[in-house]
Amino acid sequence: MPEGTLCNKKPVNTREELDALLADKSGKLYYEEMKRLDVDKAALRATLEKTCKSRMRTWLEICAHCGMCAESCFFYLANNKDPKQVPSYKIQSTLGEIVRRNGDVDTEFMIQVMDTAWGKCTCCNRCGLYCPFGIDMGVMFGYLRGLCFSQGFVPWEMKIGSGMHRIFRAQMDVTPEDWVDTCQWMQEENEEEWPGLEIPVDKENADILYTVNAREPKHYPEDIAEAAILFHIAGENWTVPSVGWEETSLAMFAGDWEGCRMQVQEVYGAMERLKPKRMVVTECGHAYRATVIEGPYWAGIRTGKTPIPSFHYVEWVAEALRTGKLKIDPAKKIKEPVTYQDSCNYIRNAGLKECAREIMSYIAEDFREMSPCKEHNFCCGGGGGMNGVGRYREQRNIGLKVKRDQILATGAKLVIAPCHNCWDAIRDMEEVYHIGIRWSFLKPLLLKMVIVPDHLKPKE
Amino acid sequence: MYELVTGPLAWLSFGVFFIGCLVRIVLYIRGLDWKLDRVTYTVNVSYGIRGALRSIGFWLFPFGTHGWRQNPFLTILVFTFHIGLLFTPIFLIGHNVLLYERWGISLPTIPETLADILTLMVMVSALFLLLRRLALPEVRIITDGMDYLVLAIAVMPFFTGYMAHIQASSYSFWLTVHILSGEVMLVAIPFTKLSHFVNFFLSRAQLGMDFGIKRGGMKNKGMVW
Repeated sequence: MPEGTLCNKKPVNTREELDALLADKSGKLYYEEMKRLDVDKAALRATLEKTCKSRMRTWLEICAHCGMCAESCFFYLANNKDPKQVPSYKIQSTLGEIVRRNGDVDTEFMIQVMDTAWGKCTCCNRCGLYCPFGIDMGVMFGYLRGLCFSQGFVPWEMKIGSGMHRIFRAQMDVTPEDWVDTCQWMQEENEEEWPGLEIPVDKENADILYTVNAREPKHYPEDIAEAAILFHIAGENWTVPSVGWEETSLAMFAGDWEGCRMQVQEVYGAMERLKPKRMVVTECGHAYRATVIEGPYWAGIRTGKTPIPSFHYVEWVAEALRTGKLKIDPAKKIKEPVTYQDSCNYIRNAGLKECAREIMSYIAEDFREMSPCKEHNFCCGGGGGMNGVGRYREQRNIGLKVKRDQILATGAKLVIAPCHNCWDAIRDMEEVYHIGIRWSFLKPLLLKMVIVPDHLKPKE
Repeated sequence: MYELVTGPLAWLSFGVFFIGCLVRIVLYIRGLDWKLDRVTYTVNVSYGIRGALRSIGFWLFPFGTHGWRQNPFLTILVFTFHIGLLFTPIFLIGHNVLLYERWGISLPTIPETLADILTLMVMVSALFLLLRRLALPEVRIITDGMDYLVLAIAVMPFFTGYMAHIQASSYSFWLTVHILSGEVMLVAIPFTKLSHFVNFFLSRAQLGMDFGIKRGGMKNKGMVW
């Protein structure tokens, strides 16, 4: 059974394997090898037998082929209503076929399945809201990604991402030392302007355990500083863990369920070790979805809850504004029209729409909702790992058109996007379509308008 | 022939229908897996029940959800079709007379004119559902032979019943075909897509519990369908 040196059924577990993959620029050799990667039909059959249960099989069976899901999908809309982008078609022609043929599929078919599972669906779950039978094709595509991963048919970047989590327990090669160093660096960088500013590492029994997205220490360390300053102003008793600080899960996007489990257990371990009252996650959608919403299931926690109560950053901000821990200077509120990007992962799939509106009521004078919005909002176009996969860059850029038009229709030039993936997609949208918009996380905006108590200001 | 179709065959088809539906319900529920589905069905049950009821309830009302409102033409077709499909056979005077003769019980009945209208509405809406399937590219691409077959199975009892009722030519012929087609439908329900007779409720309840327990239901007032 031929397996490639790079493209194979084995997940990446060592630095050497990871480096070999990274050295293969854009996955050129990787995708060449994929064309010769055999399907282990017996294993696929066994996995279906074990994991494809009544919910999934009923969904596949009862689909009335009514087409109501078509218009719910931004890819369908962005691709001039191409029937091949109808969610029901996409899932029936991939997972549906695999189940009907009971795993008897070939390499060519599996490559086409991969191109559909990652290139035509971001697992935003919007179609699930529009199916009269409650068939959630986003959930099915998530499951299908797992099948693909187990057979080695996974986009190059996703294989790397899953490997990163397995090796570093982070989506990027950030070690605990790198992370702690970055925290110290950010503290030193800002303590002159903010006397008493601290980024406490591994403090036990804090009120808040703050966890982040690895991109922050790697590329945007100022985000950590901003979080620290806001906690400082709000007077929070908080800490970050030296180990278990990373919330994201490219393993989830890759369908590497074992990698997912390893990643979230690292964070749950920090909760148990440091015994904080609660956890707050940075402004990232999928990180929250992975660690707070889905994670407990990967870790086998029967209550379906994280070991301590966990909150998204928007929940903390809404609470801080409500309780007056953070006070906004009325003169500094956002005057221009501003809109808010509802992230699928913490709005539709975690119910936090009201927090977002509450925050906007404090900080914006002319808040304009997108249409549709809240749980019915469209994916930014870059979710589910889409932003990061070169093979589907063109499809991604086409998909951005729906969000672009939604933003333009609001008339706002500023988009608040408290989610790394949405933030990236909207940034790229400006690069591709030049529509003259700006985009921001909440933290930098809050810092510009929050009232700083006198005792926290530097002495003259 | 009449004796056969209203006797043993009727018993058989009703038996298959009831037992089949029951088996489907049991198999569906037994196949739910909290870890694989990632929904703690047996923890936070009250949130699950609320989510399930909301998920079923809103979808049972015409224009009750974003999905229905976005597709007004289809919504009217679907509800017209299903209301006729469910109400006519249960409250038809002819069926209840038969029921009374056999078992000495009967349900309230609807006037014959109303039954005629409902029957015609079933047939007309089925025709439009068929045309929609043929005309719209996004529906055509997912359509297969089974979709036409189940539509035919569902409409046949109404067409033949109507023919018998207006006594087009041979009453006893149409009556026998009518009863047979009704029995075919009953038997088809557990074995085809028509199983959404029960699976609509199960599947909607499941997704409702998913959103109600895990995906936000414990942090807001419930999914706005």
